[in-house]
Amino acid sequence: MKPTIGFPATLFYYTDAPFWYTFFENIGYKVIFSSATNNKTLDAGIRVTVTDACVPIKVYHGHVIALKDKVDCLFIPRYVSLEKKETFCPKFLGLPSMVRSSIPGLPEIIAPDIELGRFFSQWRFCSELAERTGVSFAKVIQAVRQAGKVQKNYLRLLRQGYIPQKALKLIKGEFNAGSPNRQGDLNIAVLGYPYQIHDSHISVNLLKQLKQLGVNIWTMEMVSENMLRPYRKIMAKNHFWHFSNRVIWSLFYFLNKGNLDGVIHVTAFACGPDAMVDKFMELELKQRKIPFMPITIDEHSGEAGVRTRLEAFVDMIRHRRQYQ
Amino acid sequence: MKISFPHMGTSHIAFKHLIEHLGHEVIPPPAPTSRTLDLGVKYAPEFACVPLKILLGTYLEALEKGADTIITSGGVGPCRAGLYPYLHERILKGLGYDCNIIIFEPPLYNIKDFFSKIGYILKTGGKSWRQFWREFKTAWLKLCMLDDIEILSHEIRPYEVEKGYTTRVYKECLKVIDQAQTREEIQAAKELCIEKLKNIPRDPSRNPLKIGIIGEIYVVLEPFMNMDVEVTLEEMGVATHRSIYLTQWTRQNLIVNTEGSIYKTAFPYLKKKIGGHGINSIGETILYARNGFDGVIQVAPFTCIPEIVAKSILPEVSRDLDIPVLSLTIDEQTAKAGVQTRLEAFVDLLQQKRLHGGLNYGSFSGN
Repeated sequence: MKPTIGFPATLFYYTDAPFWYTFFENIGYKVIFSSATNNKTLDAGIRVTVTDACVPIKVYHGHVIALKDKVDCLFIPRYVSLEKKETFCPKFLGLPSMVRSSIPGLPEIIAPDIELGRFFSQWRFCSELAERTGVSFAKVIQAVRQAGKVQKNYLRLLRQGYIPQKALKLIKGEFNAGSPNRQGDLNIAVLGYPYQIHDSHISVNLLKQLKQLGVNIWTMEMVSENMLRPYRKIMAKNHFWHFSNRVIWSLFYFLNKGNLDGVIHVTAFACGPDAMVDKFMELELKQRKIPFMPITIDEHSGEAGVRTRLEAFVDMIRHRRQYQ
Repeated sequence: MKISFPHMGTSHIAFKHLIEHLGHEVIPPPAPTSRTLDLGVKYAPEFACVPLKILLGTYLEALEKGADTIITSGGVGPCRAGLYPYLHERILKGLGYDCNIIIFEPPLYNIKDFFSKIGYILKTGGKSWRQFWREFKTAWLKLCMLDDIEILSHEIRPYEVEKGYTTRVYKECLKVIDQAQTREEIQAAKELCIEKLKNIPRDPSRNPLKIGIIGEIYVVLEPFMNMDVEVTLEEMGVATHRSIYLTQWTRQNLIVNTEGSIYKTAFPYLKKKIGGHGINSIGETILYARNGFDGVIQVAPFTCIPEIVAKSILPEVSRDLDIPVLSLTIDEQTAKAGVQTRLEAFVDLLQQKRLHGGLNYGSFSGN
C-alpha cells in the first residue's frame, strides 16, 4: 500500500498545490489534503498557537491537527525564497519549527527548504527533496518535471480568472466550468495574500459577496510574472517578502491598465508585512484619488460586518460615478 | 545641515559626537515620552511594531525643533525594520515636511551607495576622509565605552545598599561622557566613571536571582519602550544580563557575521535564520539555561514577526531545559504598573523555584 502524506490545505496550497500533488503522486505517495477551513479547524488552531500570531498561521495549525492522525507523514515545507533578494514572511521560515513545538503527537514531518534564490537552485531543490523523501535523485527530477507542467497549466487557469478551488477541480478534470463570468459594472481589485482571500471561511465569503453586488473581481493571481516585470523597480526599495511584492506590483499593473474603480486590501489582523504594504498602498492611492478600503480579518470576523462595509464601499463608488 | 537621528538607549551621545565633529549642527533626538508615542501612533500604520511608531514620533519632534536632515539605517530583511525609513519618508512627505532622509544600508548590500552617502555628509560639512576616519574611531570608542559603563552599572545595581543610588551615579556618568571630546578626555572620563560606580556602597552578601533579557533589539535597548525592565528588576534585587548591546551587535553584524555559535545552539529548535532577533532569542535562552540562570524574560513589540515565531518555540525550550520564560509583548497600550506586577510575580515564582528546586514551572505568556 502507498504511504499517505498529509498536505494542510492552506497557505501555499492556493498557489502551489498542483505541483506538490503531482510530485508526490509520481514518487509513490498518496496525497491527502485537509478539508476546507471550518470552525473546528480554526478553534483547534487558536488553542495551540500564541495569541499574537496571525489568523492564517492559526488556521494552518488547525489544518495540521485535522490531518495528523490520518496520515503516515506530514508535508510542511519551509518556504524560504523563490528568487534572489526576496524571502517569505518570517512565519513561513519558522513554520515547521513552530508546528513541531506547538502540537504534540505529530507523525513524521517532511520539511524541505524551498530556497530557489541561490546558485544551482534547481539542482539543490531536487537533491533536498530526494534526501527528505528517500527517493532516488533521477526519480525526483522526473517527478519535478511532471509537476512543473501541471503547475504551469494551473497558473494559466488562475490567470484566466478562475478562483483556485475551481482551477484545482478543472485540473483534476472533476468539474467543467465555462469561462469565468465578468458581467458586473464595477472593476475592483481585491488584493491580498491568496491564503486569506480564497479561504472563504476566514475572509467570510468576501469574494462571493462582492460578486453578488455586481463587481468584477481582479486578484493578484490573474497577473503573471511576465506581466509584472515592468513594475519590479517601481518602489524605492522592494519589500522583502514574496507575496507582498506581488501585491504591490499587481496594484501598479491594475492601475496602469486603467478602468479600475476601487481597491480593497484584505489583510489579517497583526500581519507584519501588511502593515507596511497597506500604508504604501494607502498613500499611493490617495495621491491618485482612487477609492481604497482595507479589510482586516481575524478569527472573530462576522459575515454581516464585512457585508455592511462592502455594500457601503460599492455604493460609494457608484454614487461617485454619477457626479463624474 | 541640521541633523537628527533615531534615539536608541544611550547611543545618541556617541552619534552626536560624531556628527558635531563632522561640521554639522546636531538636533539631539529627544528622549521618547508619551507625546512622542502619541505623535507616532497618530500617523503610523496601526499594525506596525512600536519601534516604527516611536521613531516616527521622534522624527516629528526633531523636525519641530528645526532639524532638516535625518540620518537612519536600512536593512536587508526579512524583518520589517529595513523598510521603515522608506515608509517614514513617505509619511513625512505626505504630512508636508520638507526634510532630507539619508538612509544607510549595510555596506555589503550596496557599497557604492554607502560611501557616496558618507561622502555627501563630509562634503557638506567641509571635512576630509582622513578627518572622518579619526572622528569615527573616537565616536566608536565613545559608543563602546557607553556600553561598558552600562554593563558595569547593571552588575552593581542589584547589590546597592541605597536603592536608586546607582541610577543617580550612572546618570552623572552619562553627562561626563557626553562632555568628553578628545580621545584622552574620553579615556579619562571612562576611568572616572568606573571609579565612581565602583565606589557605590554595596552589600556583597546577597545572592541575587539571575535573569537573562532577550528579545527585539529596539525595545531591549530603549528603556522607555521596555518600561525600564532591567532597572526595575535590579532594584528588586535581581541580577540581569542583557543579550544585546549596540556595539556588540554592530561588531558582529556590520562586516562579517560572527554569531554562528548562537545559530548552532538554536539549531535543534529552529533551523533557519528568520530575521530580526528571532533565532538569537532561542539560542540565547538555551545559553542562559546552560549557564545557570534562573529565568529569561523576552521583550518584544506587538506584531514583531520574528519574535512571534520565537515565542511559539520558547515554551518547548523552556520545558526541555527547565528554565522559566516570561514573554512581555509591548505596544502603545502597555503601562508600567502592568509590567511591574508581572515582573514581581515572575520573580516570586523564581524565588520559590530556587527554594524548592527542580520543580518545572514552564513558561508564562505576558498578555
